[in-house]
Amino acid sequence: MIINGVAIDATFAEAFPMKATRAIITAQNEKWAMISAQAMTGFATSVIACGCEAGIERVLDPSETPDGRPGVSIMIFAMGGKSLAKQLETRAGQCVLTSPTSALFAGIDGGTRIALGKNLRYFGDGFQVSKLIDGKRYWRIPVMDGEFLTEATTGQVDAVGGGNFLVLAESQPQALAACEAAIEEMRKIPNVIMPFPGGVVRSGSKVGSKYAALGASTNDAFCPTLKGMTKTDLSLEIESVMEIVIDGLTKEDIDKAMRVGIQAVCDLGAANGIKRISAGNYGGKLGPFHFHLQEIMA
Amino acid sequence: MSALTFTLKQRPDQRVDMSPLVCQKLADLELTEIGAITLQNGKRKVRVDELFGITGADAQNIVIKNSFGKLDFIGKELDGGRITVEGDAGAYLGLGMQSGEIEVSGDVGLYAACEMKKGKLIINGNAGDFLGAALPGNKMGMKGGTILVKGNVGERAGDHMRRGNILIEGNAGDYCGSRMTAGTIAVMGQTGRYLGFAMRRGTLLLWNQPQASARFNDCGAHTLAFLPILFASFKKLDSKFADGSAAFNRVQRYAGDMSEMGRGEVLVKVG
Repeated sequence: MIINGVAIDATFAEAFPMKATRAIITAQNEKWAMISAQAMTGFATSVIACGCEAGIERVLDPSETPDGRPGVSIMIFAMGGKSLAKQLETRAGQCVLTSPTSALFAGIDGGTRIALGKNLRYFGDGFQVSKLIDGKRYWRIPVMDGEFLTEATTGQVDAVGGGNFLVLAESQPQALAACEAAIEEMRKIPNVIMPFPGGVVRSGSKVGSKYAALGASTNDAFCPTLKGMTKTDLSLEIESVMEIVIDGLTKEDIDKAMRVGIQAVCDLGAANGIKRISAGNYGGKLGPFHFHLQEIMA
Repeated sequence: MSALTFTLKQRPDQRVDMSPLVCQKLADLELTEIGAITLQNGKRKVRVDELFGITGADAQNIVIKNSFGKLDFIGKELDGGRITVEGDAGAYLGLGMQSGEIEVSGDVGLYAACEMKKGKLIINGNAGDFLGAALPGNKMGMKGGTILVKGNVGERAGDHMRRGNILIEGNAGDYCGSRMTAGTIAVMGQTGRYLGFAMRRGTLLLWNQPQASARFNDCGAHTLAFLPILFASFKKLDSKFADGSAAFNRVQRYAGDMSEMGRGEVLVKVG
């Protein structure tokens, strides 16, 4: 399959089941909601070492937030329910509770309930106040700037992590420009995050390493500087490869995000140095979710 | 299916215990069976069809017409369904109500919604003393749900209240929110003496400055983030509380009762 001069490999991205949750952070203005959201989703690019994958889903209009203030919706993904709950709680406590004027609300009403502010209430040292409004429990925790309002719980749902595609280009600036275009479009899709810095990862990994202590190492088949010294997957003109990783609530959400992302890359086309789109998989051994690139773009 | 309607034929001299006439107890009964139910009337028992004309069929939607202030225990332990009272209601309206909705067009007597657990109670007139309170000797009053009173309420509203909302468009009598453990009482009108007497936790939300009390300490004026959410939850009510112009989030906060554990609060609208 070739779109606008860009070859779409007959391969698939491989993804695995994760647990996910969503939270809504509001503040006096969008600037401070975003600062808090960025802190909460910081150092959360990959479960390999961060414990979770997190990202900003979108900016919310005041009419969409529970307290009528500007807000930001964030999502956190982890391999299991326990690790997700732990990450959510520590991040909420260190990054939202501490952030001026912030308030924190559930972003998923259904699912298994996990603690959002339920345990942060103890920071109130006995001065915390509970309010049950329309069946939802809130905690008002006295803090130095006034009161931190948080919903007690949010929903945890089954989700999919690790959807991806690779952008193969003739130069590094061209690969990055294509990924930026893709991310801009993909951020318009709900229920997905692209957890790596700016949504783009330049250090895609393969499973295993020559060093016994490492579970993952550089994806040498896609490293352009190794074209002559390893079993490469790159043709000579490819000088740079970048990857976009997608976590989503459902397979369909990731499908949509991949479609608009790949389309945005292809719109730049061969004329802008984009040669191929490929994907990372482990022979189907890693996860049950397979995203066949040609089917998605059909 | 039309509402199951009980029309009072004439007002009895003695009080009537209406507790058998709740939705869950009348489901699947024929009109003749309902008519044969006996109600305590003073010291004697009378058949329902002796007191009321009975029409309609939908036991999930009960209407009591020509009601007056001696019909006690209407909607006692109601568990789902709706009861509409046309006229006044006696004491213990919605006692221990578990879910469902009761609406009264007139006034209600003592202990309305006392020990209510869930559901919605709307009183278009005035309510007597001990609204949403605990029965004498009991420690837990209302535990959930919403009470809306469009008129005034008597003394001790929310006594021993544990959870839920009591919304009063008019005035509240003395000892409003006394011995509250938690929950919210909102009063748009004036409040009487001894507001929040011995309250432990909970919120008294007031539109007008109450009488000064040595038992409450001023915590200053604040903009509280939970208030817009609380007011938003009132939006679906047919009430002044649903009116956007009634909402506010800036309040003077008083903590008390300091002679008790002092974790309660009186929030008074600023400006």
